[in-house]
Amino acid sequence: MNSLFVMIFRPIIFLFSIFYLGLLVSINVAHAKELNIDFLYIEFQEKRPATLSNLVAPPEDDGLQGVRLGVIDNNTTGKFLKHTYKADEVVIKHDEDFKARLDEALKANSHPFIVANMKADKLLMLADHPLAKDRLIFNAGTENTELRISNCRPNTLHTIPSRRMLTDGLAQFLVKKRWTKVFLIEGHNPGDKELAAQFRNSAKKFRLKIVVDKKWPVGGDIRRNAAAEVPAFTQGAEYDVVFIADEVKDFGQYVVFHTWLPRPVVGSHGMEPVAWHRVVEQWGAAQLQSRFGKLTNRTMAQKDYAAWTAIRTVAEAVTRLQTIEIPKLKDYILGPKIRLAMFKGRSMSYRPWSGQMRQTIPLVHAGGAVIKLAPVEGFLHPKTELDTIGIDEGEAKCRVQG
Amino acid sequence: MPIFKMNADMWRNGSKRSLVSVIVSTLILSCSFSQPVLADRVYITNEKDDTISVIDTKSLEVVKTIEVGERPRGIILSKDGKYLYICASDSDAVQVMDVKTGKILHNLPSGLDPEQFSLHPNNRLLFIANEDDAITTVVDTETRKVVAQIDVGIEPEGMAVSPDGTIAITTSETTNFVHWINVEKLVLEHNSLVDQRPRHAEFTADGKHLWVSAEIGGTVTVFNVADRTEIKKIHFEVAGISKDRVQPVGIQFSKDGKLAFVALGPSNRVAVIDAKTFEVQKYLLVGRRVWHMAQTSDGKLLFTTNGISGDVSVVDLEKLKVIKSIKVGRYPWGAVVVPHP
Repeated sequence: MNSLFVMIFRPIIFLFSIFYLGLLVSINVAHAKELNIDFLYIEFQEKRPATLSNLVAPPEDDGLQGVRLGVIDNNTTGKFLKHTYKADEVVIKHDEDFKARLDEALKANSHPFIVANMKADKLLMLADHPLAKDRLIFNAGTENTELRISNCRPNTLHTIPSRRMLTDGLAQFLVKKRWTKVFLIEGHNPGDKELAAQFRNSAKKFRLKIVVDKKWPVGGDIRRNAAAEVPAFTQGAEYDVVFIADEVKDFGQYVVFHTWLPRPVVGSHGMEPVAWHRVVEQWGAAQLQSRFGKLTNRTMAQKDYAAWTAIRTVAEAVTRLQTIEIPKLKDYILGPKIRLAMFKGRSMSYRPWSGQMRQTIPLVHAGGAVIKLAPVEGFLHPKTELDTIGIDEGEAKCRVQG
Repeated sequence: MPIFKMNADMWRNGSKRSLVSVIVSTLILSCSFSQPVLADRVYITNEKDDTISVIDTKSLEVVKTIEVGERPRGIILSKDGKYLYICASDSDAVQVMDVKTGKILHNLPSGLDPEQFSLHPNNRLLFIANEDDAITTVVDTETRKVVAQIDVGIEPEGMAVSPDGTIAITTSETTNFVHWINVEKLVLEHNSLVDQRPRHAEFTADGKHLWVSAEIGGTVTVFNVADRTEIKKIHFEVAGISKDRVQPVGIQFSKDGKLAFVALGPSNRVAVIDAKTFEVQKYLLVGRRVWHMAQTSDGKLLFTTNGISGDVSVVDLEKLKVIKSIKVGRYPWGAVVVPHP
């Protein structure tokens, strides 16, 4: 009955509603004026490291689709205010000349807002580019923690959480569970190295003890011999939990259930700290997931979410201030008044020292549940509990604002 | 007293036993009848159980659990008290329940994912917020047809119709607008920006003020309806609870119009506000993640739905004290009181 209704009535009603919309819409906002808000999305696609199995490959367009949904969402709001949002997309392949394509993209237009999806070295090239100086860049691609400590740029904010935010959130949970003795396994990709290093920092901050700290041995098809190799590799110490740093999911999935001691696995596998995941459904997230699914026929991934939050942040600031002047918007975004609804249980804002978006970190189990939302209760902070995870003001060596 | 005396005498007198039993049984009958007749009933939608829990307001116990469509959320009573309308969000329908029998009579077309709704004082037009679709659907409950669909912002949620029936309000959670709909023409007439994630809108009984809660903004905005201007923004401060956990959702006014109650979500509090001065007087500790509320027809008891703890807190409104919590189904969301006939 309902599908019949949708088929027959909806198109008719839709036409009517479009007609109505054009008629009269007045707004309470002082001096509402027509604004065009243009984004440039730039992505550099790194060559993917080889993995044993392709079962868990991330989507090719992780990030890009978040931009697309963000623009659609913004325009639904914008139509009531005569604000029009648009994004131009530039995707640079790993075998292309990044510098040349970047020059070309920045010369092509002067869109004031850039959503960047690339690794740290490329992001700094973009941030330091003379043609990007007066624009506002949102990093939705790299979790590199150094960018939030000493390598910050006045024109760059971060919506994707740093690896340190992820490992801090996870460490809080381990403390809460009293799983304080950790067996750490580090993979061989650069991201793994940083993830392991940040976990060591988190362990120090929250007083966890890393009882074993090992690199994953390369070689062989672990898919076939996990039952023989992993128990031997994880033998010889008492530990409560195994932490794996294997971001590209090369070997971690073969460690789970094969450890010498029957212990839970966390980190890049088992229970993962994430910016976003398909299992996030509370706090109104179900609607966001469903809008995203309708648009893309896949689930929303972490960079999609980071890109979407960047686009939504700009819309929130433009809606409140009725301007596209970068300095004013930047002040507002980094200021104390902004409260962003980003579907992760708490209102979000930005850290004025690093430009990092404060956010909760879901600790998820890919089998289908959010196990916990960090910050975990009991970890206190004089300003906001959200600053118990990641680089706090005292630790940052640079300042984005002021 | 004389009756009991008579009883004692008459037990010994066999010939009069039948008279006694008539009296006794009449007494018993009238007692057992009087309870349900006098007590209101509160209907609670359990979002994650696809059921409704019915609470007797005298015994303060769940007396019945009724199965309904998928993911029931908003629930309201028809003006004549005969029907309950239930938003079954995942069934994409508004279900109509016969209050007397507890049976679902039929479904109304509702548009996709109906969440909250409001019934026009004419008892006919239902204004429904379609959360997944950025649309407000207007349905005629008699002809069971869609009268209009009006484009609004993303994730429309709160719905209210003014007491005089001229204005309908939709709030859109992601767009952060209060949309003012002209009921006669069924067109969107005006938009007011409020704080992040507006969840619920409620007119005062005299229709002069409109209160709108903003869940992430952590505020309630009060509008003067006549000129649609903001006259007050109410902020909340709960000792020991960080600000971002104070998330206003449901709003109710006391029957005398002097107080307003605002459910504050994961701060597990209901704020009691002076509806004239807009000052917060008190915070009442209820169950976890409090969503919506309903009060008895005599205005003495308030029932709050607590999503995470899966229960309903009962507030004595004379003493402004929480007196009981009642276990219901999973994720209780909406609440409505069906007064005793």
